[in-house]
Amino acid sequence: MSDAPILHFEKLTKRFPGVLALDGVTFSIQKGEVHALVGENGAGKSTLIKIVTGVYQKTAGEIFFEGKPVNFSSPHEALKNGIAAIYQEFNLIPALTVAENIFMGHHFVTRRFFVDWNRMRKEAQELMRFLDVDIDVDQKVRDLGVAKKQVVEIAKALSHRARVLIMDEPTATLAQKEIERLFRIIKVLKSEGVTIVYISHRLEEIYEICDRVTVLRDGRHIATRDVRDVTMEDLIRMMVGREVVERFPRVSHTAGEEVLRVEGLTRRGVLENISFSLRKGEILGIAGMVGSGRTELLRAIYGVDPIDEGKIYIRGKEARIRSPLDAINHGIALLPEERKVHGLVLLLSVLDNLGLPILPLVSVRGFIQDGRLKAIAQDMVQHMNIKTPSLFQRVMYLSGGNQQKVVLGKWFARNCDIYLFDEPTRGIDVGAKVEIYHLMNRLLERGASIVMVSSELPEVLAMSDRILVMREGRVVGELSREEATKEAILRLALGRREEYASVG
Amino acid sequence: MPVLVEEKSAQVFQKFFVFWDRVGILLAFLVVFVMFGALTPVFFHPLNILNVIRQVSIIGVIAVGMTFVILLGGIDLSVGSIVAFTGIIAAGFQVKWGGSLFLSIVVPLLIGGGIGFLNGFISTKGKLHPFIVTLGMMSIFRGATLLVAQGKPISGMSPAFRFIGAGMVGPIPFPVILFLGCVIIAGIVLKRTVFGRYIYAIGGNEEAALLSGIMVERYKISAFTLLGFLSGLSGLILTSRLNSGELVAGQGYELDVIASVVIGGTSLMGGEGGVYGTLIGALLIGVVSNGLNLLGVQPYWQMIVKGVIVIFAVLLDRLKRRFRTA
Repeated sequence: MSDAPILHFEKLTKRFPGVLALDGVTFSIQKGEVHALVGENGAGKSTLIKIVTGVYQKTAGEIFFEGKPVNFSSPHEALKNGIAAIYQEFNLIPALTVAENIFMGHHFVTRRFFVDWNRMRKEAQELMRFLDVDIDVDQKVRDLGVAKKQVVEIAKALSHRARVLIMDEPTATLAQKEIERLFRIIKVLKSEGVTIVYISHRLEEIYEICDRVTVLRDGRHIATRDVRDVTMEDLIRMMVGREVVERFPRVSHTAGEEVLRVEGLTRRGVLENISFSLRKGEILGIAGMVGSGRTELLRAIYGVDPIDEGKIYIRGKEARIRSPLDAINHGIALLPEERKVHGLVLLLSVLDNLGLPILPLVSVRGFIQDGRLKAIAQDMVQHMNIKTPSLFQRVMYLSGGNQQKVVLGKWFARNCDIYLFDEPTRGIDVGAKVEIYHLMNRLLERGASIVMVSSELPEVLAMSDRILVMREGRVVGELSREEATKEAILRLALGRREEYASVG
Repeated sequence: MPVLVEEKSAQVFQKFFVFWDRVGILLAFLVVFVMFGALTPVFFHPLNILNVIRQVSIIGVIAVGMTFVILLGGIDLSVGSIVAFTGIIAAGFQVKWGGSLFLSIVVPLLIGGGIGFLNGFISTKGKLHPFIVTLGMMSIFRGATLLVAQGKPISGMSPAFRFIGAGMVGPIPFPVILFLGCVIIAGIVLKRTVFGRYIYAIGGNEEAALLSGIMVERYKISAFTLLGFLSGLSGLILTSRLNSGELVAGQGYELDVIASVVIGGTSLMGGEGGVYGTLIGALLIGVVSNGLNLLGVQPYWQMIVKGVIVIFAVLLDRLKRRFRTA
């Protein structure tokens, strides 16, 4: 690590209509380091990287890249100058091959018009060798899993000779083993002098892979430290701006009678012969790798995807669930994985979103009783502590944590008592996570039961009463709270011992 | 960042945009209106104004239905053919098949609704884009019209039937009353009923709506059925007004109808807009056609102008969205 900063921000400020997203931020990123950027949602991390990469234009201040002031007007220009960013949503073209995607925008050509396939394939293969990963460069990108797509993105950045690589939550959708590979790649890049800006909500990772860390809060620069010199508690305190007493505020509860029983549930090619039961007042965690069928299981129970075989019993009686509406009428609620895609209508207001499942209940002959709806919604906003200027605010303008609370509020209002949570805290900052956990506890107190699918092992371990582990569409084990350890879960989830690898 | 004062000003900003959204199209309409008035003195003549709004009503009732479908993120190209087919059926009952006023009104409306139902049913259950389904239907029912009519228009309606398209209630043409009635009812439905709010929810995010327990397919089919029904109503008005079931009736209506909806600020992406915008959009299209006619501009030019207006309107919508996400 040399002493010359590769990137330096000087009083960087960005003002959106009505919002000061960055407020005079000053700090430097050294050449060749892995620099973590942390902060709660809305702290200004995304805004900062979007300005660096030319998606947004700064309002005031300066950015120095390799000592020279820069002001990129588009991501393309930033890339040409050596700054690349990899977001959670990949920028790849599914129908084209790996090699084509890597060299998209700067295809090699012969005689000006014809694609030089040989050279493109050869260089792509070389990049794969350099990154030490086994990906066939002739494969179509749509046939790759998330982790490999990410590698393609990295290769694409390298093909542009990127000297700074910004990674936004790169591990959010990766399985443990894939995270290992990513970290190995990051180390390779670092040894080649590539500077990496690493954004993650998973603080454990920062200690594993990063050299220095910068904390942003409310658009302001709070601190830049050596990772060695700062404890996780300090980090959290700096991010949140106050003490967080407990990261996982679990209260013990006593499980009551059985409320949901699934017997032999099968969806050919996806789920096989799954049986389990859920009791009143408990949290049943479901762990497993991405793609092990966890999300599909929740969707099948909820009536989104049809099941081929198997029975579902609600409170002892067989339930025929053909659609989400049937599920809701049986008191089942689904909190889907990707809020913005599956959980919310971003264009509509807080009021409209909270009203989605309850409109028929607050209307007379199809006409909505406005007063009743507003009263319920107002009640939810208070009850859930949703921070919004008004009921009429479009949910697209709320923070991630508050959006999640709106999704949850919908079902509170509908009085559902079996909650299927799919990655309840993905992409949510530390403070809001704790709030979500508190809300889950409140649900249990009200006599509800929870099935929670999560990729974050600390979360599954801390919050669940029992844990089911899934692999390849099957339940491969059930662990009690006492038996459950990170290692035990991973061993079951991976199946083969030699593949087992623990992180940190 | 989230200083309360600044959130307030963000809200003011948004409100301004919503305000501009509505008033912008109204302003455009007034400018065009006054411009044509200044260019051709006949334009402001009450008879001409009546003529314009009567003409607009025929397109307008369909546009009301189309607003629902486009709000859902759908599209329907078959409306013009439904107008022709229901018109020829109405004319058939008037002239050839017994002359019952009741049947010549009810059967076409049911057929219109039925075709709309098929559009919705096939596109949702078959998971096909409504664009291609309704494109097929457009051809099917144009052909069916020619078949039923045996290639000849059917003329000579009863005076009672003629009231639908040519009658007056006081100084106001009856079709205008039908049109405004549709607009007002649709406005209330969209704003105040479960059906209306769910239309916005589905158009805004179909998956989220489904997972919230909304029977998405049912609402889509209902919206297409409603549009088919209103296209049938338009067929009745047109046939009555022309005193004839014409073979080429309704040809090219899909452009005028979609243009009215889009100019009125309803987004082709679904989830945003409303029927009052459609009212102004339809009036704008009607006034442009009429004004160009009066100026003696070749009809060919009208098509060109309308096409330009549509593309312009969609561009505006696009800009608005980009502005918002920035």
